[in-house]
Amino acid sequence: MRYQRIFVPALALVLVMLPAISTRAQGEEVPRGPTFAARALQALIDGVQFGVIIAITSVGLSLIFGTIHLINFAHGEFVTIGATFAFFLNVSAAGPGWHLIPAALAAVVFGALLGGAVERGIWRPLRARGTGLINMFIVTIGLSLLLRHVVLVLYGTRPASYAQYDIQSTIGLGPAGITPRDLTVTLLSVLVLLGIAVLLQKTRIGTAVRAVAANRDLAEASGIDVQRVVLFVWMLAGALAALGGVFFGLVEIVTWDMGFKLLLLMFAGIILGGLGSAYGAMVGSLVIGVVAQMSTLWFPVDLQYAWALLVLILVLLVRPQGILGRAERVG
Amino acid sequence: MDFSAIVSDALRSGIGPIAAVYALAAMGLNLHFGYTGLLNFGQVGFMLVGGYGLAITVATYDGPMWLGVLGGIACAIVLALLLGLPTLRLRADYLAITTIAAGETLRLFYRSSWAEPVTGGVFGLQRFANDFYALNPIDPGTYGVWLVRFSSRDIWVMIVGWALVVVVGSLLALLIHSPWGRVIRSIREDEVAARSLGKNVYAYKMQSLVLGGVIGAVAGMLQAIQVQSVNPDNYDPGVTFFLYTLLVLGGAGRILGPVVGAILFWFVLSFLDSALRQAIDAEYVSPDLISTSEVGAVRFALVGVALILLVAFRPQGILGSRKEMLLSGR
Repeated sequence: MRYQRIFVPALALVLVMLPAISTRAQGEEVPRGPTFAARALQALIDGVQFGVIIAITSVGLSLIFGTIHLINFAHGEFVTIGATFAFFLNVSAAGPGWHLIPAALAAVVFGALLGGAVERGIWRPLRARGTGLINMFIVTIGLSLLLRHVVLVLYGTRPASYAQYDIQSTIGLGPAGITPRDLTVTLLSVLVLLGIAVLLQKTRIGTAVRAVAANRDLAEASGIDVQRVVLFVWMLAGALAALGGVFFGLVEIVTWDMGFKLLLLMFAGIILGGLGSAYGAMVGSLVIGVVAQMSTLWFPVDLQYAWALLVLILVLLVRPQGILGRAERVG
Repeated sequence: MDFSAIVSDALRSGIGPIAAVYALAAMGLNLHFGYTGLLNFGQVGFMLVGGYGLAITVATYDGPMWLGVLGGIACAIVLALLLGLPTLRLRADYLAITTIAAGETLRLFYRSSWAEPVTGGVFGLQRFANDFYALNPIDPGTYGVWLVRFSSRDIWVMIVGWALVVVVGSLLALLIHSPWGRVIRSIREDEVAARSLGKNVYAYKMQSLVLGGVIGAVAGMLQAIQVQSVNPDNYDPGVTFFLYTLLVLGGAGRILGPVVGAILFWFVLSFLDSALRQAIDAEYVSPDLISTSEVGAVRFALVGVALILLVAFRPQGILGSRKEMLLSGR
């Protein structure tokens, strides 16, 4: 179907051009301040920072898909719960008022426990009952609805920041700048991503995860305890989502629906990288983060997240297996 | 606690305009999910383009209402093609991800500042359905029996809404029992088998996606007409999840499933909502635990629990057959 490959990108291009033309027609000038190159560099830095945070959250989503082929639509809520749990320990009047660092660590542990609890309490029994995969997708939707609104009742609708590292002055990096907080978050995120890579490549459990992802039956036949591996993946995914949530709440703001908004970008990232591939999720998320931030150079900020969808549809048209995924014949 | 008020609220929303809107939208979803096995998590996107297609034509460009209806339907067809072209050849999960992302992106798009001259941005558009209410044959006033009373405007919307449900339901029933419908259901059961019999599975899936999307758009228009307003924030992904809940409740893959589901869903939801509010007002439930402003959130959480329990323990709902609803998606 050649014509589709040309038609839809052309349509997408028209969609991209339209706003550019219309803003020009209305004579809305972007405020002139720093030069375009400086703004581009700043957007790139912001994009990388945003991208590594998305990467942290989406690696778990991709690993879950890789091992049990379930798309966890409630993954965004794991992110929110991580961020709001740290908020409770750190800021909330009812909480103990810890410093952010121990609060963040506690949130990560809580995220891991939540991931494990969901696997043991919902997914394992459902798999044992032989519930179909599509029905499981709908269960994740229900779980997402439940968790999001429990957070809403407990946390409320007001956006808020953590008590520490709130306002900082930027360090100059040539024409652009970054706050020490954002730099630390970015570097920590990169370290965490490297840590995951080492975990997957060098450790026993990491090898087992890759084996289950590659071929579940063969892994089981070779004596790998698949249920234990799946539990590990859920706990890892929960912990990473919570960490990503704290990081996102730190550099942006904590809200009750932050995770659901990030979910769109996570999906775009993991499809771009290749569904089920952990490294693909990292690369894809980085690209999505940069695309989202760079788009603000030309287009309104409130459409920032919408570009992720365009990338998603383009990738599905041209290379549905993603950057690092393997082509797989379906039907 | 005033029990008659609770029962009245519950009955009113069980048969009211909103239940008709949800029944209609769920019928489109039923065609996707119940009959074809397509996992569309963005039905709200079709409702949005339908409602806005009508509202923009009339309120922004001063067009006639019939043109707005056609415009809304055309938008839904374009949206279905855009979503279907890249994803229907791939596995079911790609469609699920793309549709949920598209629904949310459309909402962001319509509420963004640069779309504001056309869509009204965060304020939305109002008062575009006067032509519809001008046709109202019922004299102004309220009518009803026992605890259930509606204004003449609501009755007019209900007549049109439930008539649409009957018409669309009958057409769907004819379609499903035609050869086309048999192919659609065979795709749900075993896509490879349908393909090996020489059916163009991709084309059939696309037709189903477009048709269900158009039904969703009509539901969106009815909803927009009922409140005489469209606002991007009324089209959040929660609407799609409500639709799934009531569809699974009534029974997916049955013509009457969405209708029974919608009536029962809104009856139970309003009953709980009203009872909870009254219990808080009467201080049976401590306001420290749940305040009146949080009742909405509690309601959503309960829908989530209901959806999980239904799919886990009774995936066929009230009317469906269990055998048909063991979908693997592979």
